[in-house]
Amino acid sequence: MLARIQLTDDEVTSLTGQLDAIVDNIAKVSEVATPEVPATSHPIALSNVFRPDEVGQTLTLEQTLKNAPDAADGRFRVTAILGEEQ
Amino acid sequence: MSDIIRLSAAELGEKIAAGELSSVDATQAHLDRIAAVDGDVHAFLHVNEHALAAAAEVDARRAAGEQLGPIAGVPLAIKDVLVTTDQPSTSGSKILEGYMSPFDATVVARSRAAGLVPLGKTNMDEFAMGSSTEHSAYGPTRNPWDLDRIPGGSGGGSAAAVAAFEAPLALGSDTGGSIRQPAHVTGTVGIKPTYGGVSRYGAIALASSLDQVGPVTRTVLDSGLLHDVIGGHDPKDSTSLTDEWPSFAAAAREGASGEVLKGLKVGVIRELPDSGFQAGVAASFHASLELMQKHGAEIVEISAPHFEYGVAAYYLILPAEASSNLAKFDSVRFGMRVTPSGAPTVEDVMSATREAGFGPEVKRRIILGTYALSAGYYDAYYGSAQKVRTLIQRDFDAAFGEVDVIATPSAPTTAFRIGEKIDDPLQMYLNDLTTIPANLAGVPGISIPSGLADEDGLPVGIQFLAPAREDARLYRVGAALEAALLDSWGGPLLDKAPALGGDR
Amino acid sequence: MAAAKLMDYDKALELFEPVLGFEVHVELNTRTKMFSDAPNPANDEFHGAEPNTLIAPVDLGLPGSLPVVNETAVRSSISLGLALGCSIAPSSRFARKNYFYPDLGKNYQISQYDEPIAFEGSVEVELEDGTLVTIPIERAHMEEDAGKLTHMGGATGRIQGAEYSLVDYNRAGVPLVEIVTKPIFGTEHRAPEVAKAYVQTIRDIVRALGISEARLERGNLRCDANVSLRPRGQEKLGTRTETKNVNSMRSVERAVRYEIQRQAQILADGGTIVQETRHWHEDTGVTSPGRPKSDADDYRYFPEPDLLPVQPAPELIEQLRAALPEQPVARRRRLMAEWGFTDLEFQDVRNGGLLDEVEATIAAGASPAAARKWWTGEITRIANAQERDAALLVSPADVAALQQLVAAGTLTDKLARQVLEGVIAGEGTPQEVVDARGLAVVSDDGALVAAIDDALAAQPDVLAKIQDGKVQAAGAIIGAVMKAMKGQADAARVRELILERAAQ
Ligand SMILES: [Mg+2]
Ligand SMILES: [Zn+2]
Repeated sequence: MLARIQLTDDEVTSLTGQLDAIVDNIAKVSEVATPEVPATSHPIALSNVFRPDEVGQTLTLEQTLKNAPDAADGRFRVTAILGEEQ
Repeated sequence: MSDIIRLSAAELGEKIAAGELSSVDATQAHLDRIAAVDGDVHAFLHVNEHALAAAAEVDARRAAGEQLGPIAGVPLAIKDVLVTTDQPSTSGSKILEGYMSPFDATVVARSRAAGLVPLGKTNMDEFAMGSSTEHSAYGPTRNPWDLDRIPGGSGGGSAAAVAAFEAPLALGSDTGGSIRQPAHVTGTVGIKPTYGGVSRYGAIALASSLDQVGPVTRTVLDSGLLHDVIGGHDPKDSTSLTDEWPSFAAAAREGASGEVLKGLKVGVIRELPDSGFQAGVAASFHASLELMQKHGAEIVEISAPHFEYGVAAYYLILPAEASSNLAKFDSVRFGMRVTPSGAPTVEDVMSATREAGFGPEVKRRIILGTYALSAGYYDAYYGSAQKVRTLIQRDFDAAFGEVDVIATPSAPTTAFRIGEKIDDPLQMYLNDLTTIPANLAGVPGISIPSGLADEDGLPVGIQFLAPAREDARLYRVGAALEAALLDSWGGPLLDKAPALGGDR
Repeated sequence: MAAAKLMDYDKALELFEPVLGFEVHVELNTRTKMFSDAPNPANDEFHGAEPNTLIAPVDLGLPGSLPVVNETAVRSSISLGLALGCSIAPSSRFARKNYFYPDLGKNYQISQYDEPIAFEGSVEVELEDGTLVTIPIERAHMEEDAGKLTHMGGATGRIQGAEYSLVDYNRAGVPLVEIVTKPIFGTEHRAPEVAKAYVQTIRDIVRALGISEARLERGNLRCDANVSLRPRGQEKLGTRTETKNVNSMRSVERAVRYEIQRQAQILADGGTIVQETRHWHEDTGVTSPGRPKSDADDYRYFPEPDLLPVQPAPELIEQLRAALPEQPVARRRRLMAEWGFTDLEFQDVRNGGLLDEVEATIAAGASPAAARKWWTGEITRIANAQERDAALLVSPADVAALQQLVAAGTLTDKLARQVLEGVIAGEGTPQEVVDARGLAVVSDDGALVAAIDDALAAQPDVLAKIQDGKVQAAGAIIGAVMKAMKGQADAARVRELILERAAQ
């Protein structure tokens, strides 16, 4: 499933009910979200926010792997992957 | 109770600067207070074992002749949503238990540079999802006014820490009211700055287009002092504004002098009738307006017809962005890992980890957000909700054409009892009715204590909203009303709070 | 991988019309990554770094980290868009493409979706016989690369059967431009050739722009080839497959040819084509089925709230347009005229991907004929033997210097080849290798004369023949002298001296 959370049956049941809340919300916003209204993706409009192409401080390998649940050979280790790269 | 902990940050800063008190003294007093009362309040998830060392370092900097700012040496509580290098950062979630960030949030780094002493990390609803701090994976925080009640949320820990005199200053984050609503229910002050006014770098993202970091304090001036430290442009946050900001402490001082209310036009929203609020909340709100009128303010009714769509839009945008922001918690690079038995694939491990590591409210919002973004629904859901933002911004624009600030009660009710609403998310979501529009539109908002509700004796807050980039106006107006209210009360509202822990 | 049944190629083309489409990913060679200031491993300077050592917080999706757009990457993308004849969007924006995969630090890829930076262009490609084909371009958009997985355990090093995988995030965040064509009709039996020429042209363009190292073998350029067939006379497009992992020009050509034959056989047998990604296997020359395209490909795109729209000023676009290098086809025509090569000679250079090298070598002072001879001859031979890119072995300046040593008589062709080996082995410039190895032609006549006299004395019969006017007999003496001089003599000079000595 897309959210990648293994849900229990109970959770599925209760969540299915709560999807109604989303449906109610969508009904509500649809009342006013007419085609001629532009969308606001950022509350304060800015554009062209860039960074100069200059190398900054990188993390040390120790910092990078510090919180890793499992690591080997300077890399993060995960169990077998079923799906393929996208 | 030691006098030190009753001091405001401004007063503490002055005494430390004058050499009457060391930062170590100030920090020790607050650590003692935490030891005495936090067993009951549970405002802190982590108390900084390096706090005294940090305080000693500030004292040494001062002794070496370094010019330090007005609140150098003052202890600071930090909401656990902000990453810190010297303490774990969990955002109130089991999935991040023990996580040590290799970098400091910008606001934390700036606080350190200004000589503030990190006292500890405060409790919060898991990933800032909630209005009660009951959704913390580490147990609820209790309201210092009544330990059976919620301290608001998501930043209940920061508000409670300040209200319980465990810290004079705290940092919070506000996505839909998480600074202002806890301020309301704990009798404290909280500001959500203009979106982009304070860096989000190092704030564990909930909903990126709504999140904003801000101060949590007991006085308006203290918020201004802290805002001066943490605010301003940060190139690490693309949405950070490049504006030159005025001193918010100066604005607060100017407001406290009294003249600010003369001729001030205060808008009240026609579409928010008293019937939507607990009686004592509405009464306190009107009493504050009358007091402002007495000081020369003019109350003007304005229309904000789209505010009522705010909650619906918010609960489409927030879960959508949150579902994406929280995808990174997958057990690969950091955080919890749960490996199911058998021969699990990495997909199984991720699913099991997220099932075990996230609490029910977080799962609920991730699932709703995933659904809201799914193919075919985007336009109707997220896209439509963003249109509501435009409409609410237009409401604000029109209103601010007529008035200087808008006033609302900060939340519909006073602090409710722990457990009372936890099974009713829709009721819970209505807590943020009046605070959400500011996040959707990006405008700043402040909540200051306006008094106690007659029926339950619990604190009530009044919220002021100003146009984007006019945060200073909120400090002037907030400080002016605060001064008038203190006058009428004969002292701070928190003096009326019951004694806690060691004081009992 | 069991080979599929393939229809004869000509037969396939008789029955079906192939329709092509390409997605080419270009790794930009900026100094830093797309959204972080970590060094970019797709830049030669940082290539080959140890795993996980080119890392900034956002590359791991660390809590609290935020992306910031690399300005140079934007400029490179605009230049590339212009070189592809595209319009540059007055406003484009980034979007999140959400999917879980361990090589993605955030579990979403920042890409562009409905508003790419460049759209609607076309590029002319030239087939080997000079035929021009116009490839319609749909869009070019900016995005970030993913990390690298190494599958461990299991026999094949492939994902199937692996016990676990290791993740290196150095490549995570490398700036990419993805170039997407429209469906390409009318290529008919030359479809494979067009595919190769297209990738070659993209490579020529990005090299000429200097925006990518453009090495296919390093993955700087990666091509996904879409192939579908439709029966002759049918309007509707057939189902397509997307072949990934095609890492050389030759493979692109072979993979397209293979898919045409494979699909034709299936269709002729009454089967249907599954819409899926397929993998190209360089070793066996076949494609194998990968992930089926399905409803599960729901990437839940939404505008990236952490980043802002890119709105390049018209002046910037015009400035970049003015700085564009020649189109590859125009350039080839000019070079052909300037260099005076035969068609065959020119194709040799071009198909070897050596246009830049030859041009630079000529610019550094070599004659066109000599530059061509070195690059397509000895250097290519060594490159093939070492399985490396010819351009990586030696610089055009060194080749020109080498040729100048030959022209000056310091080196014979044979010696020059030894010097080249030294240069490739990293022993220094040609002159340095000559000095260090003592390889220069012995131009000291004294030494040569001594050797000649010895040889003549040893073979009096030969001397007699020469003196008799049988000049070709000098060959035996030349051989002996060259042997004595260990090859470090100019044979022509030796011959002259032999005749001189014999005459005395
Ligand atoms: Mg693609
Ligand atoms: Zn792509």
